[in-house]
Amino acid sequence: MIASHYVYWMLFAVMLTGLYVVISHANLLKKLIGLSVFQVGVFLFFISLGKVTGGSAPIISPDIQTYSHPLPQVLILTAIVVGVATLAVGLALAVRIARDAAQPASGLTAADDDAGER
Amino acid sequence: MTTFALINVTLLGILLATALAIARMRALYEATMLAALLSLVTATLFVLLDAVDVAFTEAAVGVGISTVLLLGVLALTRSWEAVTSQRRRLPGLLVVVLAGGALVYASQDLPAFGAADSPVQLHPVTDAYLYESQDEVGIPNTVTAVLASYRALDTLGELVVVFTAGLAVLSVLGPLARPEQTRPGADFHLADYRVIRVITRLLLPFILVFALYVLFHGEYGPGGGFQAGVIFATGAVLYGLVFGLDRAQQVIPSWALWLFICLGLLLYLGLGVATMLLGGSFLDYDVLSPGHPETGQHLGILLVEMAIGTTVSAVMAMIFFSFASRGASR
Repeated sequence: MIASHYVYWMLFAVMLTGLYVVISHANLLKKLIGLSVFQVGVFLFFISLGKVTGGSAPIISPDIQTYSHPLPQVLILTAIVVGVATLAVGLALAVRIARDAAQPASGLTAADDDAGER
Repeated sequence: MTTFALINVTLLGILLATALAIARMRALYEATMLAALLSLVTATLFVLLDAVDVAFTEAAVGVGISTVLLLGVLALTRSWEAVTSQRRRLPGLLVVVLAGGALVYASQDLPAFGAADSPVQLHPVTDAYLYESQDEVGIPNTVTAVLASYRALDTLGELVVVFTAGLAVLSVLGPLARPEQTRPGADFHLADYRVIRVITRLLLPFILVFALYVLFHGEYGPGGGFQAGVIFATGAVLYGLVFGLDRAQQVIPSWALWLFICLGLLLYLGLGVATMLLGGSFLDYDVLSPGHPETGQHLGILLVEMAIGTTVSAVMAMIFFSFASRGASR
């Protein structure tokens, strides 16, 4: 079980570390970094499901017999580019929130103040 | 096989350690740098998992563009985060433990890592993509074949998402500052350093030519429109970082960026409409060259990759400019 599933478990750990940062940290920038850690875990998990032992990259060549599956790679390739685009939207929103918080010194931690008042 | 497992475990260990360090770190500059390291290790793992195209994209996007964006935002705000209170930590830990338990429990049903008889590999689509594609599409890189031909509609959707994200960033941050509105020579330019200036001038043509190579070689080796677009954008980012935003915006005016953003998407959609007018279905390239479906596929894939590259590079450059011009006009 360990020998055959260790990759998945370690990737779950990476994913959950990201999830923890997203849930528990108040700083919006840190949340977004956590989100990309979570994303990386999901991407690797997806790709690892298409891997074949002894396989090669799915670029067809007469000398190679075994290939890993191309479909998960296609899905993740586009997901990475979409991921950076959504990260940019998140960052833009964070910049606007920081500005609209109207307290120049408070930086990106508008949520901190909310937590303090509760 | 054992060597593979050893490298794999080591890299996964580095990955996990980096992720944990990011979670603990309160200095956001350092966390951003570690996030770039995380992307680099991820790209290496992708190579190990045979996903060379994905590794290429991750290296360009994760290490390049997203790090620059995060640093650009850090320049606008304070770079230390407050201490996370105990009260906030506990719910997060609880969720993580529960979700982790559920995932590990569910993972017992997953096929063994690297198994050749897993449902993924036994699905009929595997044969279609890996072997039948050689007759139907006729290009060696099956990732490109699937991306630009078999699942072209899917990719069109992704491109629309990138397009929309670019629009969203602009509408949230406001229009780009005009070159003369930003303070002239506000602080210092990296271009004042001769070494940086000369090296940048030397590197830029190579970066741009490499982007074109990646774009047009995507059918035969790793590469394609997404990677080429991002590499092209890093060229613009490098120019902007070194020679200042004003000069970068004179070289690449925002109307040109708008034009390219729309042009790429319109080319993609227009190709789909053209195939329909020629009597095929939407994005069925076979009809582009009657009697020679392979030639049609080649042409269609090349045009689609060019469309992707155009829109992605313009959107990425636009996003960088809008974050950077915000810093300059403050």
